[in-house]
Amino acid sequence: MPATRSLPRPVAIVAAGISKFGAFPGKSSRDLFVEAFLDMESSASKGMDARAIEALYLGNFSSELFEHQGHTAPLIAEAVGLTPIPAVRVEDACASGGVALRQGVMAVASGMYDVVLVGGAEKMTSLPTAEVTDALATAADTQYEIPAGFTFPGFYAAIATAYMHRYGMRPEHLMNVAIKNHENGALNPNAQFGVSISDWMQSRIAAAIKKGKPAPTWQNVWDFLHDDSANPMIAWPLRLFDCSPITDGAAALLLVSAERAADYTDHPIYIIGSGQASDVPLHGRSDLTTLSAARNAAQQAYQMAGVTPADIRFAEVHDCFTIAEIVATEDLGFFPPGDGYKMAEDGVTARNGAKPINVSGGLKSKGHPVGASGIAQAVEVFKQMHGLAGERQLKGDVSLALTHNVGATGSTCVVHIYERKN
Amino acid sequence: MEISRHWRLRKQRYALVGEVCPHCEAKLFPPRDVCPECGQEAKTLYNFSGRGEVYSFTTVYDAPAGYEEFSPYTVALVKLEEGPLVTAQLTDLGEQPVQIGTPVEMVTRKLRSDGDERGMLVYGYKFRPVLASTH
Repeated sequence: MPATRSLPRPVAIVAAGISKFGAFPGKSSRDLFVEAFLDMESSASKGMDARAIEALYLGNFSSELFEHQGHTAPLIAEAVGLTPIPAVRVEDACASGGVALRQGVMAVASGMYDVVLVGGAEKMTSLPTAEVTDALATAADTQYEIPAGFTFPGFYAAIATAYMHRYGMRPEHLMNVAIKNHENGALNPNAQFGVSISDWMQSRIAAAIKKGKPAPTWQNVWDFLHDDSANPMIAWPLRLFDCSPITDGAAALLLVSAERAADYTDHPIYIIGSGQASDVPLHGRSDLTTLSAARNAAQQAYQMAGVTPADIRFAEVHDCFTIAEIVATEDLGFFPPGDGYKMAEDGVTARNGAKPINVSGGLKSKGHPVGASGIAQAVEVFKQMHGLAGERQLKGDVSLALTHNVGATGSTCVVHIYERKN
Repeated sequence: MEISRHWRLRKQRYALVGEVCPHCEAKLFPPRDVCPECGQEAKTLYNFSGRGEVYSFTTVYDAPAGYEEFSPYTVALVKLEEGPLVTAQLTDLGEQPVQIGTPVEMVTRKLRSDGDERGMLVYGYKFRPVLASTH
């Protein structure tokens, strides 16, 4: 464990934007990033001049495999008129966005730059699903994990199996996470699958009746989620609704030094904690029910920020699969090991609960354009802290928040803590 | 996948050859030449017995390209009796339900086929339940 670090000088988010998440045959990652960038510009309450931006850090997992385009950061910079600033692509699988944010934080905190753009973009839907699965699999160990026939749902399913064995959780408990995150996502106009599972079920019934087919006999969402035809098994115990989707999307943040913050807004969001760690593949670990990189990154971030898990008002965590959210809420210290699934069942992590998790809908409902997801989490924090979250706006104190972004099965994890001070 | 990789990994794939650290005696699979326990050089080859038990597992219904013929199939993290975990597919399961703790042993099987009849057939380790008669 490294010694506690502190930022040499404060860093603030003063603007944040996001594209619509979904499947967009008519849009490249550049188009999506422009959409997020323009949304970001409009969020700076005192306006902003893009010519002040000194560098770009871009989270992107695999533009090569998804779009047959390498060296993507300078092209993205050009698309938003920022040439000739330095443009750096950051790749740490699904944690690329969160790690790009951390690079931007370090660049401003060091004094090297005063105004930095950090973003994330991923265009995933132009390939057939089997090829997307193949591309994502390159984030695992392709010498010793993938040849066995493991997939990413498979890895997280093995984590779920170990967790169920130790703590007595049942597969049904995972469904509480999916139901909650879709209820949140239904209130997020940028979400890819912004519909509650209950409404989803009703639309399936209506569609069957319209086609003159026998109407499904689901009495409630639990019937629906247990039906193999509606919610097929992907990797036992994980079903389709336990998995985040394949998504096109982008997100952007403007980071500035404290001295420059007042040029953009009266309410800067300070990044007061940042932590990152790596870990071995699953076969190198002594415990599959926790991600040690997440615990490690969280401890660094809490120590830097000088806060405890109990202080955090709400969090966006990496729910690439339902089990991942449950494990995350334990790794972050919100709940003791083995209690995460009970807290999801009891509504503690719901929007109106004591510890709201993934109010945006999370990766599950909002969508998971992998390189953008870590940035999109910070965009949700910005919106909640500025009262811009519309129907899903949290009531009460939202002045302290956390984001948790994971690469692969936790071989990278990055955690940030945010504070609105006034 | 690249042909040279399959060739390079043949000792691991066919004979479960790992390493033992000459300094702290940690057994390593996969081999990695630097001991994760003590940080020193560890290049001494070590043949694992191939016996172990299921540490965790899942059954994959949505198979990736090259694995469709096995679907649904069960993959596991197998804890070898010498200590390390190995990622592998389970085979020859019959009607027997897999559980955490099920004793298993290594066998050599076809891992995947690359597309058409001119594609590669890749062989390597899988694990099967220990046969009752060999107890």
